[in-house]
Amino acid sequence: MKLAGMLLLLAGWGIVVSAVALFAGSGTRSLFVLAGLGVELLGLVLAFRGVANRPREAK
Amino acid sequence: MTYDLSLLACTVLVAVVPLAPAGLVLMNTGLGRTRSAAHSMLASMAAIAVAALAYCILGFCWEGVAGGPVHTITIAGRPWDWLGRAPLCLRGVAAGAPWAALQVLLQVFAVGMAALIPLSAGADRWRMSASCFSTALLAGWTYPLFAHWVWGGGWLAQLGSNYGLGRGFLDAGGASTVQVVGGLTALSIVWIIGPRRGKYAEEGIAPAIPGHNIVYVLFGAFLIVPGWIALNAAGAILFAGAAPAQTALIAIDTVLCAASACLAALVITRIRFGKPDASLSANGWVSGLVASSAVCAFVSPWLAIGVGLIAGGLVTGAVELLELRMAVDDPGGAISVHAVAGIWGLLAVGFFVRGQMLAQVVGVATLLGVVLPMSYGLNWLLDRVSPQRSGREGERLGMDLHELGAGAYPEFVIHNDEFVDR
Repeated sequence: MKLAGMLLLLAGWGIVVSAVALFAGSGTRSLFVLAGLGVELLGLVLAFRGVANRPREAK
Repeated sequence: MTYDLSLLACTVLVAVVPLAPAGLVLMNTGLGRTRSAAHSMLASMAAIAVAALAYCILGFCWEGVAGGPVHTITIAGRPWDWLGRAPLCLRGVAAGAPWAALQVLLQVFAVGMAALIPLSAGADRWRMSASCFSTALLAGWTYPLFAHWVWGGGWLAQLGSNYGLGRGFLDAGGASTVQVVGGLTALSIVWIIGPRRGKYAEEGIAPAIPGHNIVYVLFGAFLIVPGWIALNAAGAILFAGAAPAQTALIAIDTVLCAASACLAALVITRIRFGKPDASLSANGWVSGLVASSAVCAFVSPWLAIGVGLIAGGLVTGAVELLELRMAVDDPGGAISVHAVAGIWGLLAVGFFVRGQMLAQVVGVATLLGVVLPMSYGLNWLLDRVSPQRSGREGERLGMDLHELGAGAYPEFVIHNDEFVDR
């Protein structure tokens, strides 16, 4: 799950950079940058859940 | 002989910066346990030393200075400056270029400070040799790469000239390059080495493991202020084009941000727990300083108060969220203080400087999308080569006895229950 989270973080950044490079209109560019950031946040949540769901240590 | 007063003033500012890491070291040590106090101090000193050498020998050649030789790629017809190309061992810094030398000196201290942030999160269980290797990766690659993008005239700084995104990504005092990079590295380290033994038992909620010396923590928080003012002012002059005459206003913004963040944390903990929490209030103070690093050169004192209030509130929430809900054992609250408050400060620049928001969001997205996976990946590989976490015996005895052979407080009476295997 943590690996998937890391891959989503990278993918989200790819969307952000592509939006900056490829779109000229500020509306479309902003929308795609926010979409990329959303994908990154999803990745962050996945990565955190991967740790939080890890089996806890025995007493 | 003529003297450049601006250069002289800036040199004095840079010379004061080491007070900030000194305060941070004291805070980290106070927030840890007695049985790892000497280890914490020595590991901090070793990390600063490794960071200085790794940055000067290797790191600076990736970073370079704005206007220096660089590697570029062309995307959609525009050049993207992604990596510096300076010679190894600072050979590109000429004796006749005092401003460039001052930039290097400031960053030697800045990268040392970034290296202290993961140490706080890995307290009581991170082996000193592993922390030195990890610091070498941070100072030799991760920090210079991102610092080149922001302070070395790289593609984030060029977002304004290349794509019309405001003035490009703005960060005067190192909120991104130092604080968030250090905070995200701290998160990677905690994910890799896991929580302290006894922190997350099979049943029940995670018990608090309080710091051993709140006086160290609070004194560290005071000591940090002059260093931080100098860091913000020197950073703004050297990297954001601020005039030396702005120094006083930058100092006012820095102090107001810290003060309001501390009071916000104090009031919130008073309401939540019935009594103000000293360590969270000190962390609130530092979170205000972290947020101020982003905004200090760009906002009025009134806005700085607002930024600080939100930073202090965010930190109290983030510490609880990470510890209790996300199972992230961060003894010093470093991830909340440096990463969360730093990101807030960077976004605050977007809120308060017209036309700047998209550039700031792209910068934050780059921190989360590149720096975090890269830092995690590098430290994960390092962990495969040489385990980062101390063995069971190290945690049972304490890092002082295990790694140094002597405790920080040899006259303390040791109770048997300290060594009960948990």
